[in-house]
This record gives sequence, C-alpha cells and structure tokens, in this order.
Amino acid sequence: MTLDSKVPEGALADKWEGYRFDMKLVAPTNRRKFKIIVIGTGLAGGSAAATLGELGYDVDVFTYHDSPRRAHSIAAQGGINAAKNYRGDGDSIFRLFYDTIKGGDYRSREANVYRLAEVSNEIIDQCTAQGVPFGREYGGLLDNRSFGGVQVSRTFYARGQTGQQLQLGVYSALARQVGLGSVKLHTRAEMLEVVLKTGQAVGVVVRDLTTGEISTHSAHAVVLATGGYSNAYYLSTNAMACNGTAVWRAYRKGAQFANASFTQIHPTCIPASDEFQSKLTLMSESLRNDGRIWVPEKAEDPRPAGQIPDAERDYYLERRYPSFGNLVPRDVASRAAKQQIDQNKGVGPLHNGVYLDFHDSIERLGRDVIEARYGNLFEMYQRITDENPYETPMRIYPAPHYTMGGLWVDYELMTTVPGLYSIGEANFSDHGANRLGASALMQGLADGYFVLPYTIANYLAGYLNTDPVSTDDPVFHEAEREVTDRLNRFLGINGSRSVDWFHRELGKILIEHCGMARNASGLEKALSEIPALREEFYQDVRVLGENETLNQSLEKAGRVADFFEMGELMCRDALHREESCGGHFREEYQTEDGEALRRDEEFAHVASWEWTGTDTEPNLHKEELEFENVELTTRSYK
Amino acid sequence: MNVSLKVWRQDGPAAAGEFTMYEATDISSEMSFLEMLDVVNEELIARGEVPIEFDHDCREGICGMCSLMIDGIPHGPQRSTATCQLHMRKFKDGAVITVEPWRAAGFPIVRDLVVDRSAFDRIIEAGGFISVATGSAPEANLIPVPREAAEAAMDAASCIGCGACVAACPNGAAQLFTAAKITQLNLLPQGQPERWSRTVNMVDTMEEYFGSCTNIGECASACPQDISLDFIALMNRDYARGMVRQRRLTGQRS
Ligand SMILES: Cc1cc2nc3c(=O)[nH]c(=O)nc-3n(C[C@H](O)[C@H](O)[C@H](O)COP(=O)(O)OP(=O)(O)OC[C@H]3O[C@@H](n4cnc5c(N)ncnc54)[C@H](O)[C@@H]3O)c2cc1C
Repeated sequence: MTLDSKVPEGALADKWEGYRFDMKLVAPTNRRKFKIIVIGTGLAGGSAAATLGELGYDVDVFTYHDSPRRAHSIAAQGGINAAKNYRGDGDSIFRLFYDTIKGGDYRSREANVYRLAEVSNEIIDQCTAQGVPFGREYGGLLDNRSFGGVQVSRTFYARGQTGQQLQLGVYSALARQVGLGSVKLHTRAEMLEVVLKTGQAVGVVVRDLTTGEISTHSAHAVVLATGGYSNAYYLSTNAMACNGTAVWRAYRKGAQFANASFTQIHPTCIPASDEFQSKLTLMSESLRNDGRIWVPEKAEDPRPAGQIPDAERDYYLERRYPSFGNLVPRDVASRAAKQQIDQNKGVGPLHNGVYLDFHDSIERLGRDVIEARYGNLFEMYQRITDENPYETPMRIYPAPHYTMGGLWVDYELMTTVPGLYSIGEANFSDHGANRLGASALMQGLADGYFVLPYTIANYLAGYLNTDPVSTDDPVFHEAEREVTDRLNRFLGINGSRSVDWFHRELGKILIEHCGMARNASGLEKALSEIPALREEFYQDVRVLGENETLNQSLEKAGRVADFFEMGELMCRDALHREESCGGHFREEYQTEDGEALRRDEEFAHVASWEWTGTDTEPNLHKEELEFENVELTTRSYK
Repeated sequence: MNVSLKVWRQDGPAAAGEFTMYEATDISSEMSFLEMLDVVNEELIARGEVPIEFDHDCREGICGMCSLMIDGIPHGPQRSTATCQLHMRKFKDGAVITVEPWRAAGFPIVRDLVVDRSAFDRIIEAGGFISVATGSAPEANLIPVPREAAEAAMDAASCIGCGACVAACPNGAAQLFTAAKITQLNLLPQGQPERWSRTVNMVDTMEEYFGSCTNIGECASACPQDISLDFIALMNRDYARGMVRQRRLTGQRS
C-alpha cells in the first residue's frame, strides 16, 4: 500500500484554511447521531473529548486512571510554546514552524508542523480563558521564558507545574461536558483491543480494572490518545503506568507504526540509586542555564567533588561546543554524558552520573538569585537524594523521556485504518527525530482542541444515518474472546518470575542497544535477545490473583507483553535507519569529530511499519518527506 | 535497614479487612517508601502470595494518585510531601510501620490500600470550570490579571486531588479540596460570570458525599501541597453570598 499523507494543495500558509473550507461538515443537529470513542484523558484525549462533546457528538471516553485529572501530562514541568511574539523578539508562526522542523532534524512533515505553529496561539487564548493560572508580569499580562534550542522567548508557564495546570484545564472542560451529559466518562477502564470490521475501526474492548469485567463498545470512529511508550525502557521519566498497549493493539490490527526508534533521552535526570529504582525523576533543563557540567579528568577518581581542583575537571560540553556550551540540545548533551560514563568517569556512589555544578553561578550571582530561579528544583533534588545542591554539585544522567515515534497518521490525524485516529504523543507526531522543549504540550492540545474536531467530521459525514456496528456482531465477540484468552493465558502460566523482573530485563537490553547510541551489531543482538526473553516470559512469568478483582500484576503483564514486541520494532527501525539524526545516533554514521551524520539522500523519509505476525518481519513503507519551505542544513553547536 | 510493616489487606469493597504483618529486610535507606513496597511485593510474588495493591503513578508528587495512611498520618511523617516522595531514610532501622488506606465514608475501599475517590470528580463536574467553548476565547492578553491574583490562584490550583485532606479530617470533610478549586476560579476575572452558581453547586455536591467541616484544620497540615485554610474562608464567604444572589436572581428576594 502507498501511504497517502493527504496534505492539501496550496501554499504552506494556506493549506489549513483551504482544508477547512473544502472538508465535509456535519451539521449541528446531525452530530448527536455519531458515536465517537476516545481513549485517554491526557492533554490530547481530554481536550478532544471535551470539544467533540461540546460540538454535539455522542462521546464515550475511557482512561485507566481513577480520574481524568491524573493522566501523565500532569507531570510536565517547563512550559508550552506559542508564536504569540509577546516579547517582540522576532517570533512568528513561520519561525516556530522553522525551529520545530530544524529541531526535529528534518524528519517531520512540513504541512503538519506549520499547522501546529498556526494553532499554537489559539491554545494560549483557550487555556487562559479557562482559568489556567499562567505566570504573569506586574502589569498583569502573560510572561514568557526561553527554552533550549531556540533564540526567542515563547514559552508560557505556570511555575514549574505547567503540565499540571494545562491538564487541570482540560479536565475541567471535560468535567463540564460529563456534567452536561454529552460525554460519558469511564474511569479505571483499560482498552485492550481495537475492533475492526471490513478494515474499518468500529469499536473497542475494555476491561474494568476494579471488577475485571470485559465489555465491548461500538462507535463510528475511535480516537487513540494514549501517550508515549518510553516505559519500554523500564526506567524512564514517565509515570509508572504509561504503556503502549493501545497503540500496539492497533498496530496488530493494521495501523502502521512510524519511526519507532525515535526516542528522546533527556539529559538532566537524577541517576538511579539502586536496582529497585522504579522510575527516574526529571530535573528541568532550565538548570543548564546556570549549572556547569563536568566530570573528573581522571577515570575512577575516588575524590569527592569539592576536593577535585578546577584543573583536574573536564567541563566537556564547554570544551567540545564552545559556542553553545552547556546549552547544546538534549540529544547532544545526553550522548556526551554517556561517553564520559563509558570512559569510567561517572560520579556518585554507583558511578552513574555527571556533575551539574552551581558553584560558579552562586559565586557570581549570589545564592539568593539561584534560589529564586531554581529553589523548588533544588528542594526536589534534595528530597530525593538527601544532598544539598547549594553545597555539593548535583548529579545528573540521561533518561528516556519522550517518544517521537508512534502510530502513522495523515494530515487528518487518521491512522492507516479508516475511522481510527491517533493524537498527542501516541502518534508519530510533528517532532521528527527530536522534540524541542515545551512542544509536546502544544501538540497534544493542538491535536485535541483545534485539529481533530474538524478533521473527524470529514470522515463521519460519509456515514450519516448509518448505525454503528452492533456489539452483537461476530467481530466484537471474536475480539472479546481474544482479550479473555490473553488474560487467562497470563494467569495460567504460573512460572517463577514476576512481571517486573521481565520488564527490567527488557529495559536493560533496550537502553544498552537502542538507547543513546546504536550500532548494527548491538541492534542485531537485541533482535535475538528480545524474542528469547519474550519466549521465557510466556513460559515463566508468575501472575497471581484472579481476573475478577483489582489486579495490578495482571494489568502489567499485558503491558509488558506488548513492550517486548514494541522493543523489537524499535530495534528493527533503528537498524533500518542507516544514518544519525536527532535522538537517533548510529555510531557507524558520524562525522570525524563525532557528530551526527544525516543522510538526506537515502533517509529523508518516515519509516512506517506494517505488522505481518508476531514472528515474522514487518513490512516497511516509506513516506518520502518533501521540503519546499525550509532548506536542509546540518545542525552545528560548536 | 529492616522494617516491619503492618498492612491493611482487604479483598474487595464488601470483604472484611485485616492487618497482616510483613518484613522488609535489607532494604536501602535511599529507596522511596513505594519502592520499599515494590520490594515487599516482589517477595510476596516469589512466595506465591498475592501482592499488596496500592495506588501510585507519577512518583514525583504531582499526579495525586498515591495515598496511604502511614502510622496514622496521611502521606506519612514528612510534612508537605506525598507518599511517593517519602524516603526510607525518614524511618528508623527496625521500625514497625502501620500502612492503611484512606479512611473516609466518601472514599470506599476498592481493595487493600486502594480507595475510590471519584466523588471528587462529581464535585468538579458540578461547577469546577469556566464555560468557554473551544475556539471562542478572546486574545489572552485582552484580560490583564493582577499578578497577585494570578499567584494566589496558582497557590490554590496546585492541589493534586489526592484526598489527604479528607483522610485527615475526623469528619471526612472535603472542604479544602473544594475550596481550592472554587478559589482558583473565583479569584480570576475569567471566573466571575459563574462565580455564585459555581460555589453553590460545588458546595452542595460536596455535601452529598462528604462530612461537615468543623474548623479543625487537620486537612491543611496533611496537605502535601500546603493548600491554605484561608481558601475555605473565601469559599464560605462566597457560598453565603451566592445563596443570597441566586435567590434574588430567581425572583425570591431575601
Ligand atoms: C517528567 C516530564 C516532563 C515533561 N515536561 C514537558 C514540558 O515541560 N513541556 C512539554 O511540552 N512537554 C513535556 N513533557 C512531555 C509531555 O508531558 C507529554 O508528551 C504529553 O503530556 C503527552 O500527552 P498525551 O495526552 O498524549 O498523553 P498522556 O498525558 O500520557 O495521557 C494518556 C492517557 O491515555 C490513557 N490510556 C493509555 N492507554 C490506555 C488504555 N489502553 N486504555 C485506556 N486508557 C489509556 C491514560 O489513562 C491517560 O489518560 C514532559 C514529559 C515528562 C515525562
């Protein structure tokens, strides 16, 4: 099959307006005749469900959380971008578009990214009107901060809790619709299968996490807004329950999966303290504005930081990248840290960190200034590590954080399965091979508030006065049976190792071979180790308890089972991409001085994979990327 | 270090529950409290016993999913800290630690340490929003908001909806949670049009599910986000005014 991105004709700046004029509409009185299922209540799903409900569609929304408010979006700290140009520093829609394309190392679709930049301003208006308490100046107008990789101040924020405030804004909009009866909310309800009939999405199978009850739901269209899959690595900055099951089930039903190996490893996280570490905590990247990153020059130096004189420290980012220094983009900073640790220069009890030192800034600016800028981050660091960063340098290490890869979608955000949409971090998104800070929140809300509610009508309009497929149809019975069989299979294995044990082992393979640096032999090794571990999982996992009650081990078993297959696809995708770009660094493809070597001639495409079976190789489809409005350049931070 | 745990186990909403003793041996003081529970659960699985169910997700203190009464205190002994951010170094080697679910009529137990907090959603659905249809918002900088008001609204808005306030309250009241949301919106210019109806509807819904406030103040000391009691005062004032105004608007002058 050929991938049709459905990018409208016309000049870049006119495409979205042109599309909205040409698309089919559903009249207000007809909307209640259409049933739409939304999976996920994060920024993307919550905003989509609220808006669709408000427009008059008949919406059912599902989340595995106990309340829509808790989606992982709530943990975002730094901020959200928009092209308002409130600072008068030369920002514009085109500049936000350009920065996003360039930051993504030229691996995203121009038309989608431009539309994202176009609607960014409406997002700020919408959230402000909802009562999101963005940071303000003394004159009462909105304040901005700047973020890595760009030269303008365009980031809106609510203290260090921007994600929380945006998520609560979305939640309130959704709660309003639930109260009005236009959206039906299902909490602690996990979608475990997408149902198709004659190739079209017609519904889902859901497990009630408190009673184990399996139910089927049908609709005219299904929207997956289920977030990213960084937890395939086991240790990541994502919330514990984040998983890829929804998108993986869709993939196995025919929705293609794009750029699976494009993952973002964030440079400033607190290193693990022991083997039972369950997740890693992100420290805002703004810390790199005033902290200096270094390691001891000598490998395995046992001295505490304070006893290592300046001359025996290697400020490696400042040395290698004199013009950007500690502010190089995330992928560059992460890779450099890994290289230091690989040379046995890691610091801390487990030698798994590099220093982020505020000593010089405190001397230059005073402790007060540093406290005003980063007080709550320093407090959080101390709470976790019991070390005082005003006195001893922080220890940081990169951690998986965000997945640029995801379900392939066209300009309308529809997957390759008609009637199945994907929005937010779950789709392969607008971020190419690397996402800029503060752009994920923007994308989630753009998709949910301002894009999907339009584009979905273009599909629905063709089904006016048709009923959704009945849940008595054999396709629903079949899907339900598949789900029940899978659950029973996990419960029946009764092996000797816990689900978490397998998840940790998978994580080790992935971070080692498909993490910050990849090469063909490592990826091939992973591609033989992962299926073996998966086999072992199905032989030896131990899931206790039963299906009919709350059973978190059973929930995890299904998610980890899917992570195995997903991990394989990540490695396969990384192996296919014989170039280095953004967060994807293939050691074979680097310049003489160790920088990423992109190969535009061969790889300026989206790699989109089609499932063919658990033990057979997927088919690769390429969407060639055409750049008509930006020139492909090499990123340089020297 | 080693600690003993006295953990509430309960098979389901209707089942009788009881305390069971578990030993957590050889654990690192660097672990978080929940990581210690993860280790205990791994051992239970190894022994063939059903692991302890407890709610958690972000493990960064912001999603509000974690709960737990630890030695009778919501979120445990460290002030202004959610359970997921509590570390074992805060306990003595050899300590016996009691771990229970939130206990409140408004939060029925689901299983073990997991409770149902959906009554909070009902309160928000009753009015915890500003009605603004997608796309109908004016340009954001058309409405200046005094910085102090924005900051105070943010203080209120930082509530994580964990329910510690309810669990701490001898009456099982939800005033602090409800007041935080009402105040956030009522302090902002955008929130004025629905100010009175919002307050009355949310307070009335709260009363359906939760106990009454008798001004004890335990809620604020248990709050991991340090939400202030002042917000309850603001809510009570707006409620009184809201009742009067609503009656006037419907023609029943009082
Ligand atoms: C620590 C951290 C900090 C970050 N900071 C920033 C920042 O400052 N700026 C920025 O722009 N981005 C940031 N990001 C990234 C950003 O937060 C996420 O990319 C974004 O919030 C994802 O939103 P979403 O709506 O796509 O998914 P999520 O918020 O993850 O929501 C997923 C939803 O889907 C539901 N779900 C999933 N699977 C199922 C299923 N099978 N059945 C039922 N329901 C399901 C979940 O319950 C949840 O409701 C940060 C990320 C992290 C980890």
